Amino acid sequence: MCLAIPSRITKIENQMAVIDVDGVRREASLLLLEDARVGDYVIVHAGFAIQTIDEQTALESLRLLREAADAYDAARSQEP
Amino acid sequence: MALKHVQEYRDADIARHLAAQIRDRSRQPVRMMEVCGTHTVSIFRSGLRSLLPETITLISGPGCPVCVTDQAEIDAFVALAREPGVIAATFGDLMRVPGTESSLQRERAAGRDVRIVYSAFDALKLARAHPDRQVVFFGVGFETTAPTVAATVMTAAEAGLENFSVWSAHKTVPAALDALMGMPEVAIDAFLLPGHVSVIIGTEGYRPFFQRHRMPCVVAGFEPADLLAAVAAIIDQVASGTPALANAYPRAVVAEGNPKALAVMNRVFAPVDAAWRGLGTIAGSGLEFTPAFDRFNARHRFVLHLPVPVEPKGCACGQILTGAKRPPECPLFGTRCTPMDPVGPCMVSSEGTCAAYYRYAGRGNP
Ligand code: SF4
Repeated sequence: MCLAIPSRITKIENQMAVIDVDGVRREASLLLLEDARVGDYVIVHAGFAIQTIDEQTALESLRLLREAADAYDAARSQEP
Repeated sequence: MALKHVQEYRDADIARHLAAQIRDRSRQPVRMMEVCGTHTVSIFRSGLRSLLPETITLISGPGCPVCVTDQAEIDAFVALAREPGVIAATFGDLMRVPGTESSLQRERAAGRDVRIVYSAFDALKLARAHPDRQVVFFGVGFETTAPTVAATVMTAAEAGLENFSVWSAHKTVPAALDALMGMPEVAIDAFLLPGHVSVIIGTEGYRPFFQRHRMPCVVAGFEPADLLAAVAAIIDQVASGTPALANAYPRAVVAEGNPKALAVMNRVFAPVDAAWRGLGTIAGSGLEFTPAFDRFNARHRFVLHLPVPVEPKGCACGQILTGAKRPPECPLFGTRCTPMDPVGPCMVSSEGTCAAYYRYAGRGNP
């Protein structure tokens, strides 16, 4: 029931957004979301956008994951 | 087009590193429950179980909304579909769930007007399109779904729609976690908390639960790196002996959740005791209409004659939902009960634990 893939808002009209998931267009209500904007990536559940993905936080947590993975690989390559 | 905010978390290097970190640090056995049905499916689909050390046991929990819907509620849905003049609107997953006498699918085959909708809003559109009929929506789901239904009810109220109502069988997750911890046959050391329920209630939604039980509780997203990062966080908490309520899905989940969605939900619904399949009645774990919106309550709009509920014979769904049994331990699993011909709801729903085991177990999934 949960669509785990964030969708991009391409248009907003009267509290309804047109969203794009990998090229597929759908509508989602914005009644449950504060301040949604065109270009935002949102999580959509049962026809409603329920959260905007925080770009800054997404970049930061990805950077941490990648750094940790690189550090791990570097440590491994130094093992005898 | 690459899927943004998805593809990055399927990165093989990151997954390999996280899995290795988990293997290095995991010293003692940990039984962790993934509460959410969507997690269960993603764990199986990505073959994550085969990456984890033997110290870790993943247990599937009661997070499939269709599966935990009590037999009496399924019977009520069937009875509503039989009411003259009614259009019964439901999420597709409920269609094949067997009630005591029938299922929605069988009722539709027998000529009743049962429609599959993708959103509660679609049910409202049906009500607008058919002013001479009563449209009843079957509200099944957790905190992720309940606000969508509440917003729909508020829209119906604004429009003054008289022919729309909801049978609310919604349930709330923290109350169920408490109930699980109180069951002697259930042994859980840590919880992987559901990503999208947490979008709504925030990490703070679990604070009272965490304060009572002081065990590792980590919110997880749905991609392999998200899930592994959450497992790694649990293992670190176990290793250091410092259980915490943590968030491994920060791009979508914040401490306070989605305040607007919570406000909408709390205007339309209020907590009520609710019966769960497998878990019994849990205090304050259901959502019933507040007085201001009670005129949309299908429980009051219709007088139904219901059979004494009987659960499918031999089905172990109740024990599957609490993690007390694994699907292969059910004698009907894969023989009498398959996704094509399901006996219980845990095999019907795509998020059901039995369906996930049937589809994926054996393919790199111990
Ligand atoms: S395998 Fe079928 S009968 Fe057995 S517990 Fe699962 S759903 Fe019920």
